[in-house]
Amino acid sequence: MMAARSSVAGLRFMRLGMLALAAGMFFGVIGGFQFLFPDFLRELLFTKTRPLHVSLVVSWIFLIAIGGIYFYLPRQCRFGLWSERAANWHFVIFTVTGLVIIACYLSGQFGGREYFAFPPVLSIPIFLTWILFGVNYFKTLRQETEPWPVYYWMWGTGIVFFFITYVEAHLWLIPYFRDTMIREIMVQWKSYGALTGSWNMLVYGTALYIATRISGDGKLARSKLAFSLYFLGLFNLMFGWAHHTYIVPSEPWIRSFAYIVSMTELFIFGKIIWDWRSSLTEWQKNAYCNAYRFLIAADIWIFVNLGLALVISVPALNLFTHGTHITVAHAMGSTIGINTMVLLASIFYVIREELPLEVHAGCSRQIRFGFWTANISLAVFFVALILAGIGKGAYAGASFQEMMLIIRPYLLVFAVSGVAMMVGFWIILWHGFRLIGVIQSSETIRYAEAEPA
Amino acid sequence: MAPGINNRVILGMLGVAFVVYTAFVYTSGTAAEHLAPMNDNERAGAQVYQDYNCVACHQFYGLGGYMGPDLTNVISKRGDAYARAFITAGTATMPNLGLAEDEIDAVVAYLAFVDKTGTYPAENYEVQWYGFVAQEDDPQ
Repeated sequence: MMAARSSVAGLRFMRLGMLALAAGMFFGVIGGFQFLFPDFLRELLFTKTRPLHVSLVVSWIFLIAIGGIYFYLPRQCRFGLWSERAANWHFVIFTVTGLVIIACYLSGQFGGREYFAFPPVLSIPIFLTWILFGVNYFKTLRQETEPWPVYYWMWGTGIVFFFITYVEAHLWLIPYFRDTMIREIMVQWKSYGALTGSWNMLVYGTALYIATRISGDGKLARSKLAFSLYFLGLFNLMFGWAHHTYIVPSEPWIRSFAYIVSMTELFIFGKIIWDWRSSLTEWQKNAYCNAYRFLIAADIWIFVNLGLALVISVPALNLFTHGTHITVAHAMGSTIGINTMVLLASIFYVIREELPLEVHAGCSRQIRFGFWTANISLAVFFVALILAGIGKGAYAGASFQEMMLIIRPYLLVFAVSGVAMMVGFWIILWHGFRLIGVIQSSETIRYAEAEPA
Repeated sequence: MAPGINNRVILGMLGVAFVVYTAFVYTSGTAAEHLAPMNDNERAGAQVYQDYNCVACHQFYGLGGYMGPDLTNVISKRGDAYARAFITAGTATMPNLGLAEDEIDAVVAYLAFVDKTGTYPAENYEVQWYGFVAQEDDPQ
């Protein structure tokens, strides 16, 4: 046993992440209705609401994953952070940059790239924060004397690949890439594939960490199956991006290779969670019922998204699904159904550990209501997008407006279910935000004795 | 302490493969030598396209937003004047962004540049028995 240093930095990131999700969903709902009623909030153009939504929800994923790492390492894994000051600067720079990005969007200052719609100069401070984070992470883990469990590998890989993908996503600034359209698109989507892979590494690592802690069985994170998942995930991260660009006329070998690299990582990840579930006692399921419930929901969404991912990875089917709302269903189903559920499990695992007597640390009625509202509306949302995508893919005419009229009923269901989903998540986030704040303000969190890992 | 030696070997092999693969993607895999590189006017149009965040609503090769149509072949299918009219006046769904005349010229030139890079959606293609698609209207 050794004295752990403050874990406050991690909690700050978590609270900021919850605010980002709450705001991101709000802009997403506005954007959903602007799809149907273009005059809805005309002052706030769709060109603004979409990047606001995307940037905020992507921030949510990174912030909660980062917050978890900054919290778990000093609080539960015995490792005081190498530099608390670096973690605090990370938070300050990221927050200020985020606010500037939001101001840029609202004032119509764009960089105009998918996922990175802000002016590229603002990528510099974000890059700086990742240097702080990466150095802090690897220096902190130098205290580990045992072979690493798989989640340390996954977190480290997520951090390293974020650097790579972030640099790659900005290569368009160099004329060699920008001036050749095919190269520019292919490199852009190669980087986005790795970006998704890097956040998946952070999120899946978090899921395995929580599962290991709840079960109390350290073998889970050191098993051959877990490392198989890790290497398969890494292989997909490196090479499994080109299904986004089957249709772009690059060299055929790129497209053929992408087809061969199928999306098998989800299957193994799903199996690990499934096996973990059956290994738990009833007491463990009840004690951590929120975290357990969110992880099981993530597992179910993994299998749903796996099926869809396999379908759209077949080039002959991708020909019809590409560029339709089926791709959106895949993206939303994964980020909400898998990533968000895992990250909520992380938040409520922390709450259960730190405030075991708090009523909402258990499965209170309000949390249950939020959980079911969010998941049922996500299911409706997902199906509506797939039906809209089938409508678009099957449309044989030449009029975009006519096609949009055909799929309008599905988009209406999509928009309304989006509102219900937002309400469900807001209820959960309200309790999460409030209770993480209670933990953050307690004296014990600052200088607590850490448990052995 | 770093983990087991076997894991490090696998990681190293994957890292080397990734570097080699990336080098090919950056060079021969995306050379598109049959296409002329972007000229200054087209480059200016690309910048305008980004400055107004057109990707939020529009797509090239099915990649981008879903509020408006894909613009990959808008010039060859609809013509310069059609694209110019939409950009100048806007529509019920697309706002008039108030672009200057030279900005509109540049965007139209950029759209014409994109048009020459390929065809989307594919019109002439053959589905192979193993699920792959050979696209005959691919300019390569």
